[in-house]
Amino acid sequence: MSSQEIPDENLPAEQGTAHGAVEVADDPFADPGLPAHKPRIQDIDERAAKRSERAVAFMFTLSMLATIGFIASYVIFPVDKIVYIWPFGHVSALNFSLGLTLGVALFAIGAGAVHWARTLMSDVEVADDRHAIEATPEVKAKVLADFAAGAEESAFGRRKLIRNTMFGALALVPLSGVMLLRDLGPLPEKKLRNTLWAKGKQLINMNTMEPLRPEDVAVGSLTFAMPEGLEEGAHDFQNQIAKAALMIIRIEPDNIKDKREREWAHEGIVAFSKICTHVGCPISLYEQQTHHVLCPCHQSTFDLSDGARVIFGPAGHALPQLRIGVNSEGNLEALGDFEEPVGPAFWERG
Amino acid sequence: MSTATDTQRKAPAGERVADWADGRLGIYSLAKANMRKIFPDHWSFMLGEIALYSFIIIILTGVYLTLFFDPTMSEVVYHGSYEPMQGIRMSQAYASTLDISFDVRGGLLVRQIHHWAALIFLAGMFVHMMRVFFTGAFRKPREINWLFGFLLFVLGMFTGFTGYSLPDDLLSGTGVRFTQGAILSMPIVGTYISMFLFGGEFPGHDFISRFYSIHILLLPGIMLGLLVAHLILVFYHKHTQFAGPGRTNKNVVGMPLMPVYMAKAGGFFFLVFGIIAIIAAIATINPIWNIGPYRPDQVSTGAQPDWYMGFAEGLIRVMPGWEINLWGHTLVLGVFIPLMAFGLVLAIIAVYPFVESWVTGDKREHHILDRPRNAPTRTAFGVAWITEYVVVFIGGANDLWATHFHLSLNAISWFVRIFIFVGPVIAFVATRRICLGLQRRDKEKVLHGRESGIIKRLPHGEFVEIHEPLGPEQLHTLTAHEQYKPVEIGPTVDKNGVERKVPALQKLRARLSKGYYGEDNQIAKPTAEEYKEITSGHGHH
Repeated sequence: MSSQEIPDENLPAEQGTAHGAVEVADDPFADPGLPAHKPRIQDIDERAAKRSERAVAFMFTLSMLATIGFIASYVIFPVDKIVYIWPFGHVSALNFSLGLTLGVALFAIGAGAVHWARTLMSDVEVADDRHAIEATPEVKAKVLADFAAGAEESAFGRRKLIRNTMFGALALVPLSGVMLLRDLGPLPEKKLRNTLWAKGKQLINMNTMEPLRPEDVAVGSLTFAMPEGLEEGAHDFQNQIAKAALMIIRIEPDNIKDKREREWAHEGIVAFSKICTHVGCPISLYEQQTHHVLCPCHQSTFDLSDGARVIFGPAGHALPQLRIGVNSEGNLEALGDFEEPVGPAFWERG
Repeated sequence: MSTATDTQRKAPAGERVADWADGRLGIYSLAKANMRKIFPDHWSFMLGEIALYSFIIIILTGVYLTLFFDPTMSEVVYHGSYEPMQGIRMSQAYASTLDISFDVRGGLLVRQIHHWAALIFLAGMFVHMMRVFFTGAFRKPREINWLFGFLLFVLGMFTGFTGYSLPDDLLSGTGVRFTQGAILSMPIVGTYISMFLFGGEFPGHDFISRFYSIHILLLPGIMLGLLVAHLILVFYHKHTQFAGPGRTNKNVVGMPLMPVYMAKAGGFFFLVFGIIAIIAAIATINPIWNIGPYRPDQVSTGAQPDWYMGFAEGLIRVMPGWEINLWGHTLVLGVFIPLMAFGLVLAIIAVYPFVESWVTGDKREHHILDRPRNAPTRTAFGVAWITEYVVVFIGGANDLWATHFHLSLNAISWFVRIFIFVGPVIAFVATRRICLGLQRRDKEKVLHGRESGIIKRLPHGEFVEIHEPLGPEQLHTLTAHEQYKPVEIGPTVDKNGVERKVPALQKLRARLSKGYYGEDNQIAKPTAEEYKEITSGHGHH
């Protein structure tokens, strides 16, 4: 059986005795040994060696010149100077010259060193012996004996009370570190369920920053809106707009297939969350004819004429709709918050 | 007289400094083992060097960038020298990145070197890993170093991600949002991790400064440690080499560290740095001034992560949007499965060395590299893995494929959904056949010699091509590889006729072993007898 070729102690324990061994055939063609060294032209012709020397020195000199060029560029070119360089187009003169001179200064050092090594340094191949990584049995026995002696002297195995309490202490002490992480952030609670929208909040057109009126929304146009009272410079603007951003479109009421969508609309004006239900990108590509919107990040596609259901892509559920109406001033207003959380789904979403 | 000789022959200054250091650091013993250490030569051994040198370049340029970058999210109105952004609200982080690009002389260059070097670092690690994989360099004693390298690759991905998120531009912010959405998909803990990572709701005011300490301290610190350990092990194990005349499993043939590899490897650092500097001079990368500051309600089309995250991007794009709602909870499989698959595909390549050594049962050290063709199943598995990676990667850019090649985006997504499963299988089968074909060709060459291209006409009119026999060096090189015999389960009935229970794991191992080394899965090496039989024949080519 094949296992005879290697000593038993080298076999893994679970293999048993008869199987799982390594069997390899001998090399049929004997190793002829290292081939003789073939001299290079530089080894036998001093003129060629001189040429190599000059080439290396040229590289190093070129590097010096390039470094001077770098310093000169830094001083000469203003930081905002734009020049046209074929085929790169309009580029910053400073960036271009600094990069090229630095690149040449570095590359020439490397090219010089490598050329030096390849042509002038000895290329005679040398063999070095490898040594087994595993310790000899004697060393191993000594280490195991030392370990046993150390363990015995510590009484680690004998005094179990010490051992067990020590394990307990070491297991508990990292908990302090974990506790300290608690204030990294608040608990989720209901934060992801609510947005700034509430009954009576007017829809503010994000282009004009004026309240949106039904007559402003033409069929085929896509308008973005945010809740009244949210200021762009406000401290929590980014957090609020990340949930409250709204897409407004107008569809002929007869073309709205979803009954609830038609009821929550105002004269065919529908408001959906702009935040994709996949992983939260803002959706912004709108096809007027089909009323499809596409998320440019991962291509989830929603049909805004049919309850914004997902018709393609990785999103898992429809975009939440905001129920809207018109207030006494004739402006569009929200009739409440979204009924479900906006944005990506999460465990507690339900 | 000792005093007289001391004054007569005073050691040169360099030697005296070395003596001083040796008395404190033991440098002579260190140099004895390492100064003339032999390294073998092969072009593929330099791929890891590219990764190493780009890492050094990243650290150098990164330190420079920290001098100017301001990692805070407090909002400012821009009044800097870049006209198109005048009066626009942005975070301090974005504004300071604009300043580095437009006001600090050379700042743009260093930023671009830093970013290009990061892309090349990851690419260097990837191809280096493939080199190690396909040549079997991960085998004992180098399995641990394979894991170190794998960890460096994974940590490199996250260091890159936290790095390109720092400027707080519209593109990177979108990537962070994607990450936050993926975190939310984790059952039970998702919302908590999100709240803790972002200090509240997304985007909050904390993540830039937190990513900053992760990017410049935590991850690079761990990576530096791993890198040093990786290099120490390379020195300790000594480098692998390909089979060849004079090259055995017990030696290492090549040229000494001093002077040849000091010049070659040291020079190569400058070559890599020089080329990256030139790339940074002529090719813009991450022009955040075109993209604009991040706002969670804005986005641009064609949003793509850096290349090494394209794999994650692809998984999330092509996954169907499965969601399970039960008992008031949502299991967001459409996002959570890609998140798990991301880790799983990476983990498979990490544990591969241990699987292979379990299948072969080989506990010996291996210092001679395999040619990929001589390990057909391993090579096929590697190619299948790369195919999976590439297919998903294509899915990560499905919008760009659609717009650039005028294809249907939906069709590309469906192609990817199917080829995630089919692609690796096709690649596996095809690669194995190619490997076996190449093995047959090697055998043919050994037995019948090299095709010389000379056509001879025999007296009776037949044309034959003259084959030149290979020299002993080539014969040895082509037949130096080892071939395993498949593992046998052995008789299922013991000598008393009682049925022996074979553990399922052992059966699996035997099946895998047959798949690796069975009759049809490797071409038996030519034997010396076969060779003699053919060559002793009367001049029959």
